[in-house]
Amino acid sequence: MSKICIVFDRLRSEEKLLEKQAIDLGNETKMVDAKITHFDTDSNKQNTDFGDVVLERCISYYRGLHFTACIEFLDVPIINKFSVSSLCGNKMLTSIILKKNNIPTPKTYFSFSADAALENIEKIGYPLIIKPVVGSWGRSVIPLKDRDTADAIIEQRGITDGPLDRIFYLQEVVDRPPRDIRVITVNDRPIAAMYRKSSGGFKTNVALGADPEICDITNEIEDLCAKASKAVGGGILGIDLMEDKKRGLMVHEINNTVEFKGLIKVSKTNIPKEMIEFALDSVRK
Amino acid sequence: MNCPECDAELNIPNDAAVGEIVSCSDCGADFEISKKDGSTVEIKQAETVGEDWGE
Repeated sequence: MSKICIVFDRLRSEEKLLEKQAIDLGNETKMVDAKITHFDTDSNKQNTDFGDVVLERCISYYRGLHFTACIEFLDVPIINKFSVSSLCGNKMLTSIILKKNNIPTPKTYFSFSADAALENIEKIGYPLIIKPVVGSWGRSVIPLKDRDTADAIIEQRGITDGPLDRIFYLQEVVDRPPRDIRVITVNDRPIAAMYRKSSGGFKTNVALGADPEICDITNEIEDLCAKASKAVGGGILGIDLMEDKKRGLMVHEINNTVEFKGLIKVSKTNIPKEMIEFALDSVRK
Repeated sequence: MNCPECDAELNIPNDAAVGEIVSCSDCGADFEISKKDGSTVEIKQAETVGEDWGE
C-alpha cells in the first residue's frame, strides 16, 4: 500500500475522483490544501508528511509551481516535475521546446515591448492571435484582425502592466476545422482524446462551453503526442492539437495540470485510474 | 448556515469536503469550505479567479 498525496487549492470533481480511485486501488490518501501548507528551509522528508508520491493539482499555476519546488526540495516524487510544469505553464517556452524537437507547431512570434510587438504585427500582417504566455481556458486569447484591434489590445496590456504583459506572444491563425483535439497522455502514452468543438467563436475550450466528442487515437496522434510529451519531460499532460488543412496535426499547447471532467463524459478509459497507477509506478521506481 | 453576503440560506451538501466551493443560490457569492467537523462547517470567502488559473 502506498500513500498518495493530492495537492489542491480548489477541490474540484477531478481531485475527488483521483482520491476515490487511489482508495479503490487499496492505497492511503492525503488531501493537502496548498493554501494552508507551510514549508521552511529546514523542512525535510522526515518532519513533513506528503506520502510516497504527490499529485500536484493546483488551479493556480504559480502556486502549484512553487509548491512543486518545495516538494522536490524534500526529495518526494511529484507529478508533474518542476521542470515539466515550468515549461508547460508558459506558452512561449512550450512553443520553443516543441519547435526545437521538430514537433509541428503553429508559427509563433515573440516580442518584448509594446512598440516592438506593433512593429512585428505590421510586418507579419493580419490576422494573428495574441495570447498571454501564462493563462488558460482561452482567457485573453484574442484575434487581431486589423491595426485598430492590435492598437487597442497592446494599449490595454500597457494599462494592466503585469510583468508578463510585456511579453507578446503572437501566433498565426491556423486554417482548421472549428475544433481542436485534447489528448491526455500518461507517461508519454495517450490514454484518451476528444474533439472540442467551438460553441460559436474561434475558441474551443471546454471551460468556455465547447462540446466534447470522442476522438479515436490514431497512430499519428499517438506518435505526435508521445514526441510532445517526451519533449517537455513526460508525466501527466493535456496535449492540444489542431488539424491544419494543409500541414496536418500540430501541437499548440501542453497543459501540466490537465482537467478531465469534459473528457471523462465521453471516454471509455478510466482516466483517474490511469493517473493513479502511473503515480504508483513512479513510487516503485 | 446563512450566506455572509445576503443572509439567504446556504445549501451545503452533506458530502461536501474542505476545499470545495459552495455558491449562494440567491446572490451568487462563492465560499470555500474551510473546516468541516461532523455537521459543523466553516466557510471563508472563495478566492477570485487569478490570471494564472487554469490547466
